Amino acid sequence: MLNPDSVGSTFAGTDSVTLSQSEIDAFCAVIGESDTTIAPPTFTIRITLTQFEEILTRPEIGLDWSRLVHGDQKFEIFSPVKAGDNLTCAATIESYRVAAGNEIVSVRSDLHRDGKLVISAWSTLVVRA
Amino acid sequence: MIEVGTVLDEKVFYLDRALLKAYADASGDQNPIHQNEEFAVSVGLPNVIAHGMLTMALVGKYVSDFAGGSANVLEYSARFIKPVIVPLGEKVDLTVTATVAEIADGKFSLSLSATSAGVKVLGMAKAVVNK
Repeated sequence: MLNPDSVGSTFAGTDSVTLSQSEIDAFCAVIGESDTTIAPPTFTIRITLTQFEEILTRPEIGLDWSRLVHGDQKFEIFSPVKAGDNLTCAATIESYRVAAGNEIVSVRSDLHRDGKLVISAWSTLVVRA
Repeated sequence: MIEVGTVLDEKVFYLDRALLKAYADASGDQNPIHQNEEFAVSVGLPNVIAHGMLTMALVGKYVSDFAGGSANVLEYSARFIKPVIVPLGEKVDLTVTATVAEIADGKFSLSLSATSAGVKVLGMAKAVVNK
């Protein structure tokens, strides 16, 4: 079970991440995008889900990642990202509830480049009973 | 002329196990429910299912194409209501259309529809783009 005391808290991700052209190329290839100069709109899930896993499974938070399914997802893109961008990620646990034994957690991630917010993303994650 | 209520052209994407593997590598999401049938069935799924975020990425390509490039996508959201089921050796469809819901200040709001095998897989799917 998620520690309810963590709701409302913001957690910094472990490290900054520098986007490589090859990882953008690979993502574009899957969806058939020929313009690889800019990351596709959902590309940064590659960063945020990894960081969420690291943060939310910390012992003091306690989410069970093995029974997780993705409920919904939203992106707000203030400035698109591209290869060479150095991004930091912070995750805020916005809400938490238990319904029919399922844990439902809403997490916001904020990606910053040079201290400026470039993408906010909201994920609703469901840990199945 | 694109105006509020205009239904945009349909596009069909095809998903197979190879695409799921490629997306797993590209996204870093190696959850076995997207690659291993035995595992997927063991956790109560009918078969291997596509990553919800792969579905969303493909619909995102549809949105980028409408917008004239990824750089013009400002907001994009969806709810994962049904899985896209991908049996071994098959190519399954992801059929995408959109309706223009609002036009304001040069920004277009799209209401998106995504189905696979006739079943709606994304709910409340919306995007706002510059165009």
